[in-house]
Amino acid sequence: MISIQDRLAINDLFNDYGFFLDEERLEDWLELFIPECNYSIMPRENLELGLRVTLMLCENKDMLKDRIVSLQEANEFNIHRDKHLISNVKIQSSDNDKSFVTANYAIYQSDFEGNGSLFSFGHYDTQVTMVNGQFKFSKVMAVVDNWSIPHMLSTPI
Amino acid sequence: MSINVDWERKDYSRIPYWLYHDKDVYENEQKHIFYGSTWSYLCLEAEIPNPGDYKTTWVGDTPVIVNRDSEYNIRAMVNRCAHRGAAVCREARGNTKVHTCIYHRWSYNLSGELVGIPFQRGINGKGGMDKDFDKTKHGLKKLRVGCVNGVVFGTFRQNIDETIEDYLGPMMSAHIKRLMYKPISVLGYQRQRIYGNWKFYLENLRDTYHASLLHEFLVTFGLDRATQKGGVEMDKRHRHNLTYAHAESDKDSDAKEAYGGVGLKSDTLTLSDPRLLEFKREYSDDRNLAISTMFPNASFQQLNNSLATRQIQTKGIDAFDLVWTYFGYEDDSDEMTNHRLRQLNLFGPGGLVSMEDAEAIEIAHRSSKGADTKSTAVLEVGGKGEISDRSYRVNDVAVRGFWSYYSELMGLEPEGAVR
Repeated sequence: MISIQDRLAINDLFNDYGFFLDEERLEDWLELFIPECNYSIMPRENLELGLRVTLMLCENKDMLKDRIVSLQEANEFNIHRDKHLISNVKIQSSDNDKSFVTANYAIYQSDFEGNGSLFSFGHYDTQVTMVNGQFKFSKVMAVVDNWSIPHMLSTPI
Repeated sequence: MSINVDWERKDYSRIPYWLYHDKDVYENEQKHIFYGSTWSYLCLEAEIPNPGDYKTTWVGDTPVIVNRDSEYNIRAMVNRCAHRGAAVCREARGNTKVHTCIYHRWSYNLSGELVGIPFQRGINGKGGMDKDFDKTKHGLKKLRVGCVNGVVFGTFRQNIDETIEDYLGPMMSAHIKRLMYKPISVLGYQRQRIYGNWKFYLENLRDTYHASLLHEFLVTFGLDRATQKGGVEMDKRHRHNLTYAHAESDKDSDAKEAYGGVGLKSDTLTLSDPRLLEFKREYSDDRNLAISTMFPNASFQQLNNSLATRQIQTKGIDAFDLVWTYFGYEDDSDEMTNHRLRQLNLFGPGGLVSMEDAEAIEIAHRSSKGADTKSTAVLEVGGKGEISDRSYRVNDVAVRGFWSYYSELMGLEPEGAVR
């Protein structure tokens, strides 16, 4: 049985996740992951068909770091702001220092002229691990319901 | 809907911006291009391997069902019920013996023939249809289908002069046969909606040197640079094109000199996990990049070991969908499959070397919309006049080639036009 403190800490981890992305603090966001992590953005369609193509796949923290460096140094993208709404955080199962946690997300995106729309929604399928007294993500799979991406995909979901 | 274009040049080195934003032009494109004497990409045979397998797609604005009949033949028809125009097939894919419209349950076999109408004879002898109603005249509208090495193409012109092989020509056929040289397996899909006119994308695919300027990732990490050995080839009517580059055919120092002030960051940036860019040679040549574009709706790509088809689906004047179908080969090892899945980070809506295209098209679409009728795009890189293959990759010639064939189909060619 997971303690109330741990539940709160896992909730905080999700709150930090959305907060750092929205604030474009990508290096801080990166520190929410362990070195052997796996991060992916998965079209719901592929998941249901049992196909493995993702929209983004980082098989460890180095690859995630490369993605961030590329975004900052070598990519051009639409000028935008993201706003994550993360809810329904559900601890599906927990054993020792590992928990399987899902949560729903919606991301609203606004442009430089102040217009906005619902950019992406779906859920996170995650694995959370305790490292030195802190919860971190060992796996995040963002499953995108509206998987036909409007415009383009730059900032991680 | 007669359209008059006041061409400033006969070699398509000036393109009036209003052609991207005009309602009559768009309607004529549907009629003369997508319904005209062209073949369009539909899907891959591997997506519908068994009798009864089907997939729904679009050719221009027209919804299409592609399925395999009981004899393993691939057939395609318009997904529009002969009764009231509803989509007969509502799913993206599946397997069935018969396509039945949910509205009034008219049903069609896998050849698109109308086989069932509820209440055709009425109820208890009352009502129903007149006896002269001929079911054979009310099937789904059929497309002619042609397959090349497992790639399925279709045309609305049953009596089109050219077979699919003739239409593709030796260059495109060779490229498709290279990519499809052994049985493939589909790895999955990506999709995106880009808010711009579809022609901006067709141009983007033919203007290959934007890649080495816009897609900084390519240059920064040495994946595709204009200084590499490579070229651009077109078919003889400039409908299709192919851009290619040979692996490791330039030096960092060449690139620095050529790019001058653009600021090559290859000194300061390296990948923490270089597996993303590893190239495992798998063809008889050493090309690490070969991307072809087929008029009017597809592209076939290899970048390192990332393989995919891209399909363009028009969604009105101001938008189009891009559908990416990734594949590998049936005999790929698990390691190779994982490698391909890793490299698809390079492409798609969030691709490290492709995400910029959507933004480039959207800003071009937005800003050219309000242009007056005299305002034009300028296409002179690589020279004016003759439209022909160049041995250097930095040129707009293939874009002019696109407009040349486009204008021929649309009946918009100026007198004495360069073809």
